[in-house]
Amino acid sequence: MTLQEYTSSSHNFEECMKCTVCTAYCPVVPANPKYPGPKQAGPDGERLRLKDPFFFEETLKYCLNCKRCEVACPSGVKVADIIQAARIRYSKSKPKLRDRILASTDFMGTLARPFAPVVNGMTGLGATKAVLDATFAIDKHRTFPKYAFKGFESWFRKEAPDQSRFPEQVAYFHGCYVNYNFPQLGKDFVKVMNAAGIGVSLLDKEKCCGVAMISNGMIDGAKKHAAHNVAVLGKAVESGKKILTTSSTCTFTMRDEYPELLGIDNGKVRDSITLATRYLYEKIVAGEVKLPFKKDFHAKIAYHTPCHMEKLGWGVFSIGLLKMIPGIELTVLDSNCCGIAGTYGFKKENYEVSQAIGKPLFDQIARVAPDYVACDCETCKWQIEMSTGLEVRNPISVLAEALDI
Amino acid sequence: MSNRKDNEFDVIIVGGGITGAGTARDCALRGLNVLLIERHDIATGATGRNHGLLHSGARYAVTDRESATECIEENMILRRIARHCVDETDGFFITLPEDDLAYQTKFVESCTAAGIRAEIIDPKEAIRLEPSVNPDLIGAVRVPDGSVDPFRLCAANMLDAKLHGAKILVYHEVIEFIKEGDTVRGVRVRDNRSREIKDFYAPVTVNAAGIWGHHVAALAGANIGMFPAKGALLIFAHRVNSIVINRCRKPANADILVPGDTVCVIGTTSTKVPFEECDNMYVTPDEVDLLLTEGAKLAPALATTRILRAYAGVRPLVSADNDPSGRNISRGIVCLDHETRDGIKGFVSITGGKLMTYRLMGEQAADLVCKKLNINKKCETAVLPLPGSEGGKTEEVSKKIWSVPSAPQKAAAGRAGTRAKVIPLDNPLDQALVCECEEVSSGEVRYALDHLEVDNLVDLRRRTRVGMGTCQGGLCACRAAGMIAEARGCAEKAEADLKGFLNERWKGMYPIAWGNTLREAEYTQWVYNYVLGLNEQ
Repeated sequence: MTLQEYTSSSHNFEECMKCTVCTAYCPVVPANPKYPGPKQAGPDGERLRLKDPFFFEETLKYCLNCKRCEVACPSGVKVADIIQAARIRYSKSKPKLRDRILASTDFMGTLARPFAPVVNGMTGLGATKAVLDATFAIDKHRTFPKYAFKGFESWFRKEAPDQSRFPEQVAYFHGCYVNYNFPQLGKDFVKVMNAAGIGVSLLDKEKCCGVAMISNGMIDGAKKHAAHNVAVLGKAVESGKKILTTSSTCTFTMRDEYPELLGIDNGKVRDSITLATRYLYEKIVAGEVKLPFKKDFHAKIAYHTPCHMEKLGWGVFSIGLLKMIPGIELTVLDSNCCGIAGTYGFKKENYEVSQAIGKPLFDQIARVAPDYVACDCETCKWQIEMSTGLEVRNPISVLAEALDI
Repeated sequence: MSNRKDNEFDVIIVGGGITGAGTARDCALRGLNVLLIERHDIATGATGRNHGLLHSGARYAVTDRESATECIEENMILRRIARHCVDETDGFFITLPEDDLAYQTKFVESCTAAGIRAEIIDPKEAIRLEPSVNPDLIGAVRVPDGSVDPFRLCAANMLDAKLHGAKILVYHEVIEFIKEGDTVRGVRVRDNRSREIKDFYAPVTVNAAGIWGHHVAALAGANIGMFPAKGALLIFAHRVNSIVINRCRKPANADILVPGDTVCVIGTTSTKVPFEECDNMYVTPDEVDLLLTEGAKLAPALATTRILRAYAGVRPLVSADNDPSGRNISRGIVCLDHETRDGIKGFVSITGGKLMTYRLMGEQAADLVCKKLNINKKCETAVLPLPGSEGGKTEEVSKKIWSVPSAPQKAAAGRAGTRAKVIPLDNPLDQALVCECEEVSSGEVRYALDHLEVDNLVDLRRRTRVGMGTCQGGLCACRAAGMIAEARGCAEKAEADLKGFLNERWKGMYPIAWGNTLREAEYTQWVYNYVLGLNEQ
């Protein structure tokens, strides 16, 4: 007898009309024949798993969790949530040491940053890459993002300009990438917000949003992080602050994955979490903010919309904001997953699929030949930089550079 | 025996439901030369139109001890001989605040007296084990109910009969009995496809035609007072529960919810219907209302769960008194020797009973046939497993065949048991899905077309579950029709078949056509009419 407490589903899989548009839009299906596709892995599979958990297939791990299926679905079925929830519930394969390393972004960051010059030197070496490839199955083509010797948080506490002078205040969820790898984005954020007349504060010790833990099956850890973050976000919201971010994936995870996949109630904070680009765009359109731009700024930029940005439906805000910068020649790239999907593309077994998925995007970027690419997601940035040789900047950094201050 | 003509048999069985199949298997295992005749396909009558409940007998314990005892004995036998058709889910009898809790004591005593394990459990424990159960329950009793797939069970009995030499003729209808004086010598049948008339001879003919047995007996000159009692049921699109849920009260309407394969079924109602309606069962809005209202008392989630279809069957009850509802008639087995009863020699009727007691019915009929033929062979159907049931659970069976089974291989093993090893499922083409909802692969469909007497898409559905899933044929019907056209070399017939199949699916959706079910039906209609142009010409 299989107890029903293990075989009931809280997902809306019955709303599926079997139209299969999700599978037509899935970036993995054409690249990896082992993947059954979102319809089969999601709503169809859910019904079979309710009959007998034996029908769970480990091939569900090939899902990128890019959520393109959910964007495509005309019936509002949370296809990717069904797939990820099934992995959480039924998968018997435990995360490997490699997966734990990839997933523990803030733990690894804390560990590596004091030794940043050494670590950065090491991870870039061909020999190190060969060792990582052979022992951890981290693909040799990948380079770990460099660690910053001095983290964003310590810069902010010691060196950031005084923020109390601004009448309006926001809280900033910077995420692991800004803190450990790329504090410049955080500095750019502070510069832009201050230019808009807005003061910035940090949260009371944020933790990694947990997206990498979710995709690597470390659900207990992800839940702990989520509960912690909801609590500290709640404090900021109580003091009347909006929470701004510069990563579309952290934003999406905290808003939608917490309640849907982790069962963490974020009802009190969800609507206060917003990408900085959206916040600014709306302020500018409402006439509440006017930014001073350089007169002689010029850049040819191609904007890539990250999958989670498409799911949020917020690409339009980043694009709109970039268009406000005088002297920008902007191409909005076709909707296409870059293929990295966070830690997915780092894994040796996924490398080829990852690159095949991103190829149409890389080809289009080559045709457009921009000065650089703009994008709101750090992992898309690594993928596009590795695959095209071009630099990728967050729209906030583009804005910071264009400001006349 | 050797110079016997090919239209001569030891016994002719009329009716391709579970009773006929069980009788054919029993007779064939005893070495008889068997012919089974069915006017449609296998399992088209009440066999395919019930709950698929593996009764523990608890439902009858208070009101009908004899049926209860028969049920629990057959229940334990089926768990052994029909493992791939049975799901050992267990069952609850729940008491709701509006029910009399005192009935529970009487119920448990009666179960125990009938040999049915009945254990009172704490309502909280019941909710833990089965979270879909009505949380307001004030009592719960756990009994060894389960679910059984009637199509699979019927097909497995047919297959075993065939493996032991029986001849099965589907789409053949008895039009008259060949009699010499007061002795039945055989039957005259019409092939309902070619309209050809054929004669078959045997010293004994068994009427196992369910409710239609009334008519078959009349053709032979005997009268069985039968009582057609319609029962309506609803199928939900997925398993809401994994343990059977019953109401702990005197049997009434819509008080059993059974999880079966990928779905669950609520039922039934009981209404007297005239014989003329038995061939065209429909479900009324009142019946749907009643099933949903009462069903939601067992499991509140039913009120918001997608309904796949509504259907109704006719119980072949033998009327013994004037009860207008049909609930108080014994579900007991009626085995009639028409020689002693009506003076008609060579003719036997096996009726009454229920899906649960089909094997025992077959045994009683075969005993009588053997007695008439002076054959002294013991019944073996209680000990020999059905073909496909020699293994254990789906996981065990599929891993034994393929070591790392794919999803279509798992699904095939779930349906065919150990017989899955004879289905071509090794290469990617064989594993390509025809029916995505139920994971039916092209290998399984091809095997059914080649070996399992499939004439049309509805027959294919009964053998493979093609078209039984959420989309009700939307995606699979055209693929399966294409395979039939290829196998039989006739596209026109397959196209007509496809239309018929989609209309048959719609018939079951019509009584509950709202919400997602209606959206699905509309979508399917657009695809077939306007993308595939099915109604052009």
